[in-house]
Amino acid sequence: MFDLYARRRLINAIGLSVSVVAMAFGLFWLCWILWTLLVHGLPAMTPAVFDKMTPPPGSSGGLFNAIYGSVMMTIGGTLIGTPIGIMAGTYLAEFGHRGWLAPITRFINDILLSAPSIVIGLFIYEVYVVHVKHFSGWAGTFALAIIVIPIVIRTTENMLRLVPSTLREAAAALGAPQWKIISFVTLRAARAGIITGVMLAIARISGETAPLLFTSLNNQFWNDDMNQPMANLPVVIFQFAMSPYEDWQKLAWAGALLITASVLTLNILARVLFRQSTSTH
Amino acid sequence: MPMFLHEARLKRQTLFDSLFRNLTRLAALGVLLLLASILFSLVMGSIPAIHAFGFGFLTSSAWDPVNDKFGALIPIIGTLVTSGIALLIAIPVSFGIALFLTELSPRALRRPLGVAIELLAGIPSIIYGMWGLFEFAPLFADHIEPWINDHIGTIPYVGPFFSGPPMGIGILTASIILAIMVIPFISSVMRDVFDVVPAMLKESAYGLGSTTWEVMMSIVLPYTKVGVAGGIMLGLGRALGETMAVTFVIGNAHELSKSLLNPGNSISSALANEFTEAVGDLYTSSLIELGLILFFITFVVLSIARYMLYKLGQREGKAS
Amino acid sequence: MTATTPPRIVVKDLNFYYGKFRALKDINLDIAEKKVTAFIGPSGCGKSTLLRTFNRMYQLYPQQTATGSIILDGDNILDRSQDLNKLRAKIGMVFQKPTPFPMSIYDNIAFGVKLYHNLSRNDMDERVEWALKKAALWVEVKDKLKQSGMGLSGGQQQRLCIARAIAVKPQVLLLDEPTSALDPISTAHIEKLIDELKEDFTIVIVTHNMQQAARVSDYTAYMYIGDLVEFGETSSVFTNPKRKETEDYITGRFG
Repeated sequence: MFDLYARRRLINAIGLSVSVVAMAFGLFWLCWILWTLLVHGLPAMTPAVFDKMTPPPGSSGGLFNAIYGSVMMTIGGTLIGTPIGIMAGTYLAEFGHRGWLAPITRFINDILLSAPSIVIGLFIYEVYVVHVKHFSGWAGTFALAIIVIPIVIRTTENMLRLVPSTLREAAAALGAPQWKIISFVTLRAARAGIITGVMLAIARISGETAPLLFTSLNNQFWNDDMNQPMANLPVVIFQFAMSPYEDWQKLAWAGALLITASVLTLNILARVLFRQSTSTH
Repeated sequence: MPMFLHEARLKRQTLFDSLFRNLTRLAALGVLLLLASILFSLVMGSIPAIHAFGFGFLTSSAWDPVNDKFGALIPIIGTLVTSGIALLIAIPVSFGIALFLTELSPRALRRPLGVAIELLAGIPSIIYGMWGLFEFAPLFADHIEPWINDHIGTIPYVGPFFSGPPMGIGILTASIILAIMVIPFISSVMRDVFDVVPAMLKESAYGLGSTTWEVMMSIVLPYTKVGVAGGIMLGLGRALGETMAVTFVIGNAHELSKSLLNPGNSISSALANEFTEAVGDLYTSSLIELGLILFFITFVVLSIARYMLYKLGQREGKAS
Repeated sequence: MTATTPPRIVVKDLNFYYGKFRALKDINLDIAEKKVTAFIGPSGCGKSTLLRTFNRMYQLYPQQTATGSIILDGDNILDRSQDLNKLRAKIGMVFQKPTPFPMSIYDNIAFGVKLYHNLSRNDMDERVEWALKKAALWVEVKDKLKQSGMGLSGGQQQRLCIARAIAVKPQVLLLDEPTSALDPISTAHIEKLIDELKEDFTIVIVTHNMQQAARVSDYTAYMYIGDLVEFGETSSVFTNPKRKETEDYITGRFG
């Protein structure tokens, strides 16, 4: 009996130690990646990054046009994707109790949520870029919007479901019509959660590279015409990092630090906001 | 007449209600339409390649833009192999992390550590790629790959898969980075499903004198197996479609080689590298067909994942 | 407060804390060997908390602590050096709701036994049969031992859990409101079972059902907000309570 028990305890100790090691393993990569970004990115962070254009090979410059393009396309994608996402999410949560549409949409949406983003890029290329015959900021914006939609649908539905039904009933008991109940009571009650979802969506698209490769492409010069190919941080980083030029690589690190810092900040902000809003209820 | 006014207002509200309802319905329909049009456009774009190569496209390892001969075998294998190896690494690690976070971690550390792991998922793919190319690959080439060559590369049968030039970039490197990228997805699903195991069930097992490890392996894991499998499939779906990180480190070589240390190619990295530079309809069309294949594979994998998670949710709904 | 039969467990100056909240206050009592001792009292009085100190189940959760001593076989259960797994193998427990493990009926019973004994296939079969017979479940399940335990009815599941607990031949059996999720017929089954089981085991049962305590127990402890108000032979506690609070509770004037 003792032998059996000793063996069980040993297995337990090994198993639990391996679990601790796994946790450390996960954290190790996070620290290593962040450390790399700081080491390479911080020295490259000069004022020029923010007020000069992307340079030709072998000369110095900045990322201003790429930052501008990224911000414009991210804002555009969010502005297009969010309302559609909130409406569809509202349908799933408030009207989707019966019928075939809601369950199927939910299922498809969950798949779109994890669908390869490069395929989204291919899709916009096929239906938009091919027809207007040039890459453009709009094409990039549309691709990003398609990535935003499923994220917002998912969080909107989840958050609306958290709203207690007594709240709806209370509003209905006053004789309020359904559209008013939903837009003034339930959606408002779920506001913080939905904003969190939108922030997470912004975080996701501001780092997306693959869907922009075939849509907005890149532009070495200043451009504020959304109908023209548009520079953006991820694609510039991709091009510069893969290049043999040291100046370009340095700028790529600066851009990488910039993107990661903003994405992680958005992620953490979203969590903090969400926790605050749920703990006060 | 006040009565009349009231009636009119009521009518207007009913109209608004149905407008509102149909507007949201339209948005929901839009999602279905989106999926349908993605599929349709990919199929349309692939038609020239399908006409030219038929089913042979799937089994041919040719990739010759000069003579317009294309086949999908090498990128398909690259995608499947990198994702498969990534899962082999990610599954045990994710399980360990989920176990640590649900059973072992001190309460105060549980949240910050959980967030830290989730932040791994927040880091953009391109950052993994850069880090992989400039930091991980050189270290891997200098310190790990020579060791792999010397120790695993000499074992019969297994050896050929693990011997090759220590270049740092290649299938194995891409797999390891993919593993790191999917760990947060798999571990967070595992954590969620472990959390739904009734405390009383675990207490029953502890009450018989089980160790924590035994409770995990004999009670928690069997109880949540469907959800765990769903989480793994979700991670697989992510790994299959991952583009930028893989593009940086896989080596982009259209060659079929036995060794995992050699460079290779995956569907998504072939697309990222070649699509904008592809000249000629057949070349472009072949790349789009690659995209279609990728979409099809991930669609199937993700459907299975969702179905499994949905089934677990249903059982939970019944139990409570 | 002591019982007349030799004690199996001796509880001395037991205090229990959920964080800073004191949930048990200076509890002293003896659990008699091969008898049924019932803990009764209104919700939140600490009866389940007291039960869960006997196998230190509370230790799974942070910030729950116990002070004092609980002596079993000359050892203090609350000692830091106490091996929890071994302790729990000596003290079986059954919960408010049936908790069949996600495995076959046979494996449910064999699970605990395998932890401490390397039995041959034959011995294990015998042990499973013995436990199921003791739990009055054998006749109903003997033809479907390979089926999942989750497929049984609620009452059968609870008897399966009892069989699982006694299969490891514990010295003490803790029952935490074992019939609260069951219908009257299943409850009657379990109560009859408890009566039979006390020939072999020392049983402690928590119940919110006073009639049940009166029916199945030899000794009864009445608790109120963390205090042990009254403890003695069940017949005297119910027919001739010494304290007014106890009388109020059992006559239904409060609680």
